[in-house]
Amino acid sequence: MHERRLAHVYGWLLLLPAAVLLVAFTHYPTVATLYDSLFSTATRLRPSTFVGLDNYRALGADPVFWQVVQNNFWFAVGTVPASIALAIAMALWVNGRLPGRALVRMAYFTPTVLPMIAVANIWLFFYTPEIGLLDKLVAAFGGSSHNWLGDPSTVLTCIIAMTIWKEAGFFMIFYLAALQSISPELREAATVEGASRWYYFRRILFPLLMPTTLFVLINALINAFKLVDHLFILTKGGPDNASNLLLYYIYEAAFSFFDTAYAATLTAVLLGFLAVMAVSQFFLFDRRIHYR
Amino acid sequence: MTGTGTRRLGRWLEIAAAWLLAVLWLAPLLYAFWAAFHPPQFATHFEPLAPLTLSNFTRAWSVAPFARYFLNTFMLVTLILALQFVLCTLAGFAFARFAFAGRNIAFALVLMQLMVMPEVLIVENYRTMARLDLVDTITGIGMPYFASAFGIFLLRQTFKTVPKELDEAARVEGCGMLQVLWRVYVPLARPTYLAYGLVSVSYHWNNFLWPLVITSSVETRPLTVGLAIFGAPESGVDWSVISAGTLMAVGPLLVAFLLFQRQFVQSFMHAGIK
Repeated sequence: MHERRLAHVYGWLLLLPAAVLLVAFTHYPTVATLYDSLFSTATRLRPSTFVGLDNYRALGADPVFWQVVQNNFWFAVGTVPASIALAIAMALWVNGRLPGRALVRMAYFTPTVLPMIAVANIWLFFYTPEIGLLDKLVAAFGGSSHNWLGDPSTVLTCIIAMTIWKEAGFFMIFYLAALQSISPELREAATVEGASRWYYFRRILFPLLMPTTLFVLINALINAFKLVDHLFILTKGGPDNASNLLLYYIYEAAFSFFDTAYAATLTAVLLGFLAVMAVSQFFLFDRRIHYR
Repeated sequence: MTGTGTRRLGRWLEIAAAWLLAVLWLAPLLYAFWAAFHPPQFATHFEPLAPLTLSNFTRAWSVAPFARYFLNTFMLVTLILALQFVLCTLAGFAFARFAFAGRNIAFALVLMQLMVMPEVLIVENYRTMARLDLVDTITGIGMPYFASAFGIFLLRQTFKTVPKELDEAARVEGCGMLQVLWRVYVPLARPTYLAYGLVSVSYHWNNFLWPLVITSSVETRPLTVGLAIFGAPESGVDWSVISAGTLMAVGPLLVAFLLFQRQFVQSFMHAGIK
């Protein structure tokens, strides 16, 4: 009896330091965001007042907001499936009998340890018109010079390409870990049965990798909302918001336009997206357990 | 015969594809090396015999206070890692070995941070830091990350695998709760600490958005923020110098990665599958 009561005390005491910080920097700000989104931004002349859903109405009427959401949607569509597919291919190659395997694995994984800012510095040069590598490559094939990051129709694609490059190797690791836990006898059995490699991948390997794919998928989706560092270097969200993403727009609203109420409202929308993902993850992972 | 022929061709194509991708993946970094070690006029055209130089590095070093940025990043990463280890160890131990009231709800609330990372909450966290008078301090950059859901989760999983008999044996010997944690659990979790440490260090070495928001002076800015200012077009330095600065900033982590490649990859794996 005494022992069990002590467990409560010890448990909470051990948890306390972490809990205080988590509440202060995760739970409290989440609630405060929702609360602040119902108030106006305080200015020197007018203090903050309760405005109900006015900020959300302003949001609905803000064309930039809709463009940013749309951009974020295409950014996710462009980066998530491509980096997952590449990650699987990389993992299969690196896990197989490839000459120079260690070197290839190192090459794939290197972007993961580089900061987005440094990477953007280098890629900026690739995309620079006239002198950049991409333009030189295009010129070699007889194309004409193009301002890749200055053109609203190409800028998002450029950002997506760089993000895929940054992320694929990171996701490869998870597939590599999964592949190493799959018994090689499966492969042998399939070969004996005369299954082609593609058939083996499609019918045996890919289903076995499903839990990993779900895990990676969720991470990739979160990243699609979280990765904005490169925008600071490459485009600043431009031209004309063509490459602006939600988190970058939040940053702009709060720290460039000083409209904290609007920034809180935008953050609330982002939290909404994340909540949807959390819930769907819960159900997806729930299904995964039934799978087994 | 044709069957094996096409199969062999397919195999060669696959190897070629794997290698092409590897070259593509290394190209940006290789390019940065090229630009950094050659005079600016060779930044855009490639001649195998172009003269090598270190002047881009000396110029980068003199244009921006890189030494200070390095020191800031080093202090930041050390501070975060030390506090993460302590806090996550205590909390992970609580979740793994104590059946306290509200444990499951508390754990779910902790895991919420995996979805709602501090990056998302920059607006409110900035306000909190202003109230605590921690804006533009290294403590202020690190604080939202001290308690890490990911670390708590990893250590809880590891501590759960420690045999209860070891725990009990230590208690019989007269060890207190914290002594048991320190003498039995922590040593057995060493691989987890290594894995988590590498992931955490590379994350915070590279982190940008929150440090950008919360810092405003050379004395606190980490490398990433310094590099962003340094690389901005307004700063007026050329490609070669930017490449040199970029390589300096990623240098320590890159060297560590190349030296301990196996540990890095295994750490990320270890951290990922738990």
